Amino acid sequence: MPVFSYLAYPEKGAKEQLLKDLSEVRYCEITPAQNEEILILLTDTPDEDSEIKLQKQLKALDSLQSLSMTFGHVDD
Amino acid sequence: MKLDRRSFIKLMAMNSAATAAATLFPGVIFGAWKTVDMASGGLVWKKTPCRFCGTGCGLLVGVSGDRAVAVKGDPNCTVNKGLCCVKGYHSIQILYGKDRIQKALVRKNGKMVEVPVAEALDLVANKMQETIQAHGKDAVAMYGSGQWSITDGYVASKLFKGSIGTNNVEANARLCMASAVTGCLTTFGLDEPMGCYEDIEKADVFITWGNNMAEMHPVLFSRMLATRKNRTNVKIIDFATRTTRSSLAADRSILFRPQTDLSVANAICYEIIRNGWVNWEFVNRHVSFHKGKTNIGYGTEDHFKFKDKAETVDFDSFKAFLEDYTPENVEKISGVPAKDIKYLAALYGDPDKKVTSFWTMGMNQHTRGTWINNLVYNIHLLTGKISSPGNSPFSLTGQPSACGTVREVGTLTHKLPHGVVMNPDHRKMAAEIWDVPVENIDPKPTYHTVEMFRALDRGDIRFMWIQVTNPMVTMPNLRRYRDGAEKEGRFVVVSEIYPTPTSDVADVILPSALWIEREGFFGNSERRTQHNDQIVPMPGDTVSNTWQIIEVARRMGYQKQFPWSEETYIEDIWNEYTRFHDSPKHRMAPYKTLKERSGVQWPFVDGMETKWRYNAKYDPACKQEDFDFYGKPDHRAWIWLRPYEPPAESPDSEYPFWLNTGRVLEHWHTGSMTRRIPILHKAMPKSYVEINPDDAARLGITNGSDVKISSRRGSLVMQAMINGRGNPPMGMVFVPFFDEKYLINEVTLDAFCPISKQPDYKKCAVKLERA
Repeated sequence: MPVFSYLAYPEKGAKEQLLKDLSEVRYCEITPAQNEEILILLTDTPDEDSEIKLQKQLKALDSLQSLSMTFGHVDD
Repeated sequence: MKLDRRSFIKLMAMNSAATAAATLFPGVIFGAWKTVDMASGGLVWKKTPCRFCGTGCGLLVGVSGDRAVAVKGDPNCTVNKGLCCVKGYHSIQILYGKDRIQKALVRKNGKMVEVPVAEALDLVANKMQETIQAHGKDAVAMYGSGQWSITDGYVASKLFKGSIGTNNVEANARLCMASAVTGCLTTFGLDEPMGCYEDIEKADVFITWGNNMAEMHPVLFSRMLATRKNRTNVKIIDFATRTTRSSLAADRSILFRPQTDLSVANAICYEIIRNGWVNWEFVNRHVSFHKGKTNIGYGTEDHFKFKDKAETVDFDSFKAFLEDYTPENVEKISGVPAKDIKYLAALYGDPDKKVTSFWTMGMNQHTRGTWINNLVYNIHLLTGKISSPGNSPFSLTGQPSACGTVREVGTLTHKLPHGVVMNPDHRKMAAEIWDVPVENIDPKPTYHTVEMFRALDRGDIRFMWIQVTNPMVTMPNLRRYRDGAEKEGRFVVVSEIYPTPTSDVADVILPSALWIEREGFFGNSERRTQHNDQIVPMPGDTVSNTWQIIEVARRMGYQKQFPWSEETYIEDIWNEYTRFHDSPKHRMAPYKTLKERSGVQWPFVDGMETKWRYNAKYDPACKQEDFDFYGKPDHRAWIWLRPYEPPAESPDSEYPFWLNTGRVLEHWHTGSMTRRIPILHKAMPKSYVEINPDDAARLGITNGSDVKISSRRGSLVMQAMINGRGNPPMGMVFVPFFDEKYLINEVTLDAFCPISKQPDYKKCAVKLERA
């Protein structure tokens, strides 16, 4: 049951689009900054397979420039 | 709603991301976080000032049930705009240390025994009364703190000065900002800075005098770095005695020999005059010139007395006085190249640059602390760079309420909440508000902090109540004062949250509530008063320090002066206290306003905060056009002629190194709280001695090896740190004081500034040996 948090950097001018895109991805909670071009992405997947699938989905998002991981937890 | 494990992990994940974002984007706001957190487990967020330094960051504490579980910076607090430092982010963990004192303890047959709090309070009151009967009222004393909530200090002052009638009230802020007070009083006639943190966004040049803001005031340092990043031509100059993280982040690092900042400040004034950079319009209308006594001593002997005497002089006398301080002469004294002195003078002298000077302990813990404060003010006054946005000489306070509780409430021997005990009008006002006979208030100050502990050692003081501070780690020349506290016939009461070397010498330990376990107020460096509600319950038998004093006062027969109910006493005390400051020069915000906002700056007049004092554009107390230094009878700020004088002790052939002491980023003062936060303890687990690599090589000392540090007063063995986060110049070592296992203050010297009575922890002579 992995939990990760990231700083999500949108492509230039694509913050709103990224917010929309991430909102449609399962296991994602998003908190946009009000005054900067970044979002906090919190992922909470039930198992490793779901986590791997989620990673692929995130990599496919055109509005996402990069992710910086800030926290990771995986139950033994 | 209870927070389950998974929600807690998610909360931590969110917290980590927000922390990282705040580091990368100072001031970033995540307004929707509250919604996310509610979905993650039902946290309630409540505002409070941070428990630690004098910056006064606003925090939001996330509470689940009865437990504080998360911290984030308060985006509504203009001090930190949502950012915190590492101590702030972990601050709530100080509530939950395993060895938290939750029961009252009384020494019986040499052992500390748990007793009901009421029994301990009875004993404290009885012992105080017995001591007064046997030895007189000046045999009992209260030693408090700049970490006292405002109401703690207020009731302490009311009990001791108003009810008992002794001026034996001091606070550890004497050790950290007394020179800033006397600097303000001698130059402006009123205490506390004229500027505010908004100067950080307005200034073009920052000159930091002997302080390491990157570690001691990291949030303000971040604001300074953000200003430099966001604007062109902003410069940060680090003027210090050792290389620190602040030096590395600065545009220029300039090192001077200890104590010689006095000569450099005078040389800067010399250069400003020589180059025609004096702002004559300002000087002619708003400044007067004065000189005081010289060769004023160091206070190392008991019963030391000094009283300065001001003599009015003119500009020509000032100019003549400065003739000794040419950059070339001062280069020889200070080690600062003449070209660097000229560079600093040019920065201050440039009419197109706004300049802010920051300082903390380097200038205040100084045997000429009042003088060096005066001299930096001289520079700002000569150039007219003061009391306007971006132009600010600013002493940053170390503790969260050194300003609020010590400087404003007046918890020092000579002070009252308004004014000083020596002034009959001030005594009359206090007697009226306190409802005590005016004769109760003694017109004579008794002991400043060092002398108070000397009096305890001598036996002139027999009873001492210590709250929220750890003098058995922090007093200079410590061994004398610890031995004194342990002498037969002394009775020491300690109000504490964790065991410390100070509670080790106690006869009674009272279990204290921590900051968000009770309602309270702090006052930060920029005249900002900050309120917090009680956010979590008090554990065990703990009691707020304010209520402890009220209970003892009532037991001593002062019910009339301490009538408040336990439900409303904080508000009631605030309403009484603010009567002392009911004028446009110092009016405080009402209780309701403070409850609503993340801090309010005084003077608070007609619903408006005052950001820049003494400037008619911003300060409603001004009676003159543009600037009005209304603290002085002549409505002028005073430029002082203060010479360079050497320190009390300098390196010699037997003790060839300077010892400089101070703090580190991770730990708050003596570490009694932060060393119980696992992540901070792990990051900085033990104290060390920083040694210059060349000195270490010469002495055969390697990184991590044991070194014996000795002075004429004591010695200790600790590990060497070479090329660590700080690097002293050759001939100097630096030791942080956060670790009670390494009591560096057994080595330091109890010399102090004769005007402020603040000790100098930055300069004494030691020798080093491989251990």
